[in-house]
Amino acid sequence: MRRIISVLLENEPGALSRVVGLFSQRNYNIETLTVAPTEDETLSRLTVTTTGSDKVIEQITKQLNKLIEVVKLVDLTEGSHIERELMLVKLKTTGSQRAEIKRTVDIFRGQIVDVTSSVYTVQLAGDSEKLDGFIQAVGTSGVLEVVRTGVSGIARGEKVLSL
Amino acid sequence: MELLSGADMLIRSLQDEGIEYIYGYPGGAALHIYDALFRQDKVKHILVRHEQAAVHMADGYARATGKPGTVLVTSGPGATNTITGIATAFMDSIPMVVLCGQVASTLIGEDAFQETDMIGVSRPVVKHNLSVRHPEEIPEVIRKAYYIASTGRPGPVVVDIPKDMTTPNERFEYVFPKKIKLRSYNPAIRGHAGQIKKAVDMLMAAKRPIIYAGGGVVLGKASDQLTELVRMLGYPITNTLMGIGCYPASDKQHLGWLGMHGTYESNMAMHHSDLILCVGARFDDRVTNATEKFCPGARIVHIDIDPASISKTIDADVPIVGPVDAVLKEMITLVKESKDKPDADAIASWWKQIDEWRAFHGMRYENSGDTIKPQEVIETLCRLTNGEAYVTSDVGQHQMFAAQYYKFDKPNRWINSGGLGTMGFGLPAAMGVKLTHPDDEVLCITGEGSIQMNIQELSTCKQYNLPVKIINLNNQALGMVKQWQDMNYESRHSQSYMESLPDFIKLAEAYGHVGVRIDRKEDLEAKLKEVLAMKDELVFVDIYVDRFEHVYPMQVARGSMKDMWLSKTERV
Repeated sequence: MRRIISVLLENEPGALSRVVGLFSQRNYNIETLTVAPTEDETLSRLTVTTTGSDKVIEQITKQLNKLIEVVKLVDLTEGSHIERELMLVKLKTTGSQRAEIKRTVDIFRGQIVDVTSSVYTVQLAGDSEKLDGFIQAVGTSGVLEVVRTGVSGIARGEKVLSL
Repeated sequence: MELLSGADMLIRSLQDEGIEYIYGYPGGAALHIYDALFRQDKVKHILVRHEQAAVHMADGYARATGKPGTVLVTSGPGATNTITGIATAFMDSIPMVVLCGQVASTLIGEDAFQETDMIGVSRPVVKHNLSVRHPEEIPEVIRKAYYIASTGRPGPVVVDIPKDMTTPNERFEYVFPKKIKLRSYNPAIRGHAGQIKKAVDMLMAAKRPIIYAGGGVVLGKASDQLTELVRMLGYPITNTLMGIGCYPASDKQHLGWLGMHGTYESNMAMHHSDLILCVGARFDDRVTNATEKFCPGARIVHIDIDPASISKTIDADVPIVGPVDAVLKEMITLVKESKDKPDADAIASWWKQIDEWRAFHGMRYENSGDTIKPQEVIETLCRLTNGEAYVTSDVGQHQMFAAQYYKFDKPNRWINSGGLGTMGFGLPAAMGVKLTHPDDEVLCITGEGSIQMNIQELSTCKQYNLPVKIINLNNQALGMVKQWQDMNYESRHSQSYMESLPDFIKLAEAYGHVGVRIDRKEDLEAKLKEVLAMKDELVFVDIYVDRFEHVYPMQVARGSMKDMWLSKTERV
């Protein structure tokens, strides 16, 4: 099952490599990984999506917790949560296609953030399935380049991951 | 305000940390540190002949004393040579701090002479590693390193020290922190009361209980509590290879150790139990055999300081995260207060069953014929040293024979590389023990394969006068490899035979020690007595043992715990 694990990590050199190293060392999967400092500059927040049986996920969270630089973590998929991923897509657009693409972008609530005579660059945010859906809708033939940030997530309601 | 250079701060911090010995080897990036070491005499440095040995020596010291060991090496090859030793300590959770020189911070990343990314290289085999980024940080980094290494589940910590952090003429204020607090590291200090209560209730209700104790009891200094609880309950106890000595082997409730080469009765009792109380062990593959066939009727209570050890391979019914001594103490109190008592009839018939298993086989070996049996050597040594010696071992058949036939009644006396299985561990580990236990008998049980992996340390033994006794069970082959080839590869002895062995007697003499050869069965006891009488000499005892002996019992691969070979012909 797919899980989203969100980690508060000491913002120190080498901390990220320990997390990534742990996954390869113990044969766990990383599907996406995002990391950036938080409002508290001593902390980074890292979100990793992974798959595995409940037993494997339990080990992943325990092993992550064992890393000295991991301050706190939560498996967001255990409760209701919001997940978002940002995608930038460069699409080849000429002639009558341009209007069609524009409509599709609107339907997906994306934005065209850069335009040339033959290319639209589209920005789209949402959960991973929505981003996949957009690529499907425009068709892969017109796609010149895709860049995705990987998943970020946060729990719904009052629950917070903080010190 | 006291101003010190980074190098002086480092040594001063070690003094303030109470460090007695450093094991190490100098080199370019560590020279400022070595100079600071020279200008004081509180911390003593032991110069080894290879950095791997320095780590094993620190490891042996840590296992025998319970205090963290300390290693000092230079960058590059000095640092990479420590990796096998660090991995050995990591697998067995041994507290240790490894101080590594590094090229100057201005050169890092430029492929400078003797530069290695030691933080990166060591990462998978350390509990943690730290880099010094400013000389002023040194006291705090050192304090932190020892704190992390020796608390919670212990383990090795590497500290990487770029050369420019130790420059002699740059001085900074020295402040040794009294306390270290890390917001992201808070090892458990006691177990969950509700879980402990539940565990005690289950213990009282059990019909076929067994206690399965591991290295965590030795590391957690909880032998007394364990012994008290087990005696109070009157239940059988087995322990892992790493747990040897955590409960007296000579006690009637002790079934010997369990697992791949464990006793018949302990493996049988585990398999047929209805409750396993696991104390500081981790259900590793050398214990469980095939996990899907593991102890089908048993419920499991698992006490461990490391939550990640619980339900990793075998699911626990009642997990208890906490230091074993504190948890056991609470259990003792609850057992004393409990209105329930163990089911005397059920426990009596359980013991009857266990005694039948004991009578069925027990630890025995065929000892007719003229050749010296390796088991016989160990039994003789055990008798001659009253089971009181510190015994280190290397890895292979001799290790198993030593663990099976030397009876340890006390913890910290059996010292071996259980998790990583590192050949070459035994001699340097014995040296680390002897250094701090000069009046105790220290035996290194080894084989002609393993001993050659760190034999250069005979020179260190001479320099520091470390009269350990090296017992070389010489079967002229890599015995355990050969045994597997006999059992699984139709005796095709691929690369397991050692031609052109050195003359170990001359070799020992060349290093300034005494060498003794024993090749006749009738000489064994008398010669061993002579060897043990040479208190002030390192004696290399080269004993020609039966070349065809196998280690038994041996679990059948992919079977359950009860599936074993008891000898070359008996399989149960």
